[in-house]
Amino acid sequence: MIATFLIQDGVTNGAIYALLGLALVLLFSVTRVIFIPQGEFVAYGALTLALLDGGKVPATTSLLVCFGAIAFLFDLWSMRRGTDIRTFLRSLALNLVLPGVIYGITIVLAPLDLPSVAKALLTILIITPMGVYVYRIAYRPLADASVLVLLIASVGVHLAMMGLGLVFFGAEGLRAEPLADDNYTIGALMVSAQSLCIYGATIAIIVGLYMFFERTLLGKALRATAVNRLGARLVGVRTHLTGVTAFTLAAAIGAVSGVLIGPITTIYYDTGFLIGLKGFVAAIIGGLASFPITAIAAIGVGLVESFSSFFASSYKEVIVFGLIIPVLIWLSLSGGFHEEE
Amino acid sequence: MSGNLLELSDLHVSYGRAEVLHGISMSMKPGSIVTVIGANGAGKSTLLNAIMGIVPSSGTIVYDGAPVPRSVEGRVAGGLCLVPEKRELFATMSVEDNVELGGFLRSAAERAETREDVYARFPRLAERRKQLAGTLSGGERQMLALARALMSRPRLLLLDEPSLGLAPKIVIDILNIVSELRKTGVSILLVEQNARAALEIADEGYLVELGEVRLSGPASEMAVNPALMESYLGTHS
Repeated sequence: MIATFLIQDGVTNGAIYALLGLALVLLFSVTRVIFIPQGEFVAYGALTLALLDGGKVPATTSLLVCFGAIAFLFDLWSMRRGTDIRTFLRSLALNLVLPGVIYGITIVLAPLDLPSVAKALLTILIITPMGVYVYRIAYRPLADASVLVLLIASVGVHLAMMGLGLVFFGAEGLRAEPLADDNYTIGALMVSAQSLCIYGATIAIIVGLYMFFERTLLGKALRATAVNRLGARLVGVRTHLTGVTAFTLAAAIGAVSGVLIGPITTIYYDTGFLIGLKGFVAAIIGGLASFPITAIAAIGVGLVESFSSFFASSYKEVIVFGLIIPVLIWLSLSGGFHEEE
Repeated sequence: MSGNLLELSDLHVSYGRAEVLHGISMSMKPGSIVTVIGANGAGKSTLLNAIMGIVPSSGTIVYDGAPVPRSVEGRVAGGLCLVPEKRELFATMSVEDNVELGGFLRSAAERAETREDVYARFPRLAERRKQLAGTLSGGERQMLALARALMSRPRLLLLDEPSLGLAPKIVIDILNIVSELRKTGVSILLVEQNARAALEIADEGYLVELGEVRLSGPASEMAVNPALMESYLGTHS
């Protein structure tokens, strides 16, 4: 009986880790960025949803406007040696008008008692463009840097985003209302509607990513960039285009994860890091390259976590992160993981 | 001078402090095949990479009467296309996807039209559409690299050692394909080690040594140049 609860709990958390792990693999294979701040998107998403539940205008909207303004300044700086009017207008629309419009929508909608699905969608709408700006501000200037430099930049972005989280959300934790609060009994199992939402959303995102990568030319261009960076440039795929697309997808996936996890646990401004790291364990097991192995490994991480929190709760994190060691040894022995040349 | 598709003047390229190209000037007419020959390390590949924008260069590159666009994708959009020495295919993707990505900057209608031409030209690839590019033989890979390049509807193809590592019979096939391509109006800048074969299909030839143009002229004259015959055409080919 306890085992079924633990399994259910593990699979539910594992599904969220799977989303994070997939986002990390996506980002690393396309941009070579090990994106530590992925968890921050989750925390931002969960906190935004919780604030919307309370009828407040979430601080992330102002943060979004700030990010957009900084990105715009970066664009202006790179345009200082002359530019054409179209590039300028595009930058203006993307960096100033878009966050402004989202800000306006949120101010109008937040006080209304929206259905929870609408609040979830609004949250995703607020968080997703952040991916664009984070890429523009932190990573686009480093497009040709080594993996190590990009990793160091990630640490910086993580600390900055966590600090901004503290400033904008404050130190106390929040819990969002579930998307639906029914419970269903299937045999001995009691399944909450929220966990069904989590499974559904995870599967939908995996299928969606699969379709995107297999069926669309842009998705193929992202795969091509991951397989052969020079080859992709030679057919005219811009590094910036794939970078922006990958970061937007990652931010959207982070926001969805936040919306899903917000109602099942209390989220603080710094909770995202630990959640993100568990996704990272799964991504490492997948060699930062394989989507299916990452997804399966993430479920495994969720299960190990829920069982170890029952049997040895004080060692829970140690056991979960300890998983990474044998995997790294195995990967380095089998030589399947090669350094960036 | 006007009417040239490509005009390089005083092109310099450096890797760090070492200058590899010391002021190359050349021009090519639309619809022609120009070949650049020379020993290993003479800077032939660097020259193509500089024209494509993959390595930074100083000097001027005039393409189709205007300075060449700054970015690689701008050059691809303008009809320049490089088939690099190492092919740079997407090995874990299917032949079909490789071909399709070649037309990344073209509209769906243009891709559909060019795709038909390309598969008609390379029936081998049409048979192997679903196969992964990494599982193809050397000759097939070179065909795929050419097919991918053609999907971008190039006006000037830059071919870097298309015959490298291929069996002699396939080299002939590939070079035949190259001279066939010219009939469709594509101009070709061909870098080759196999100087004799290259001069045979080219209109003009340039000999590059240690980053400088040593000799240039009509390919038919270069092919019988005594100095050239001694060092590059030799007796082996």
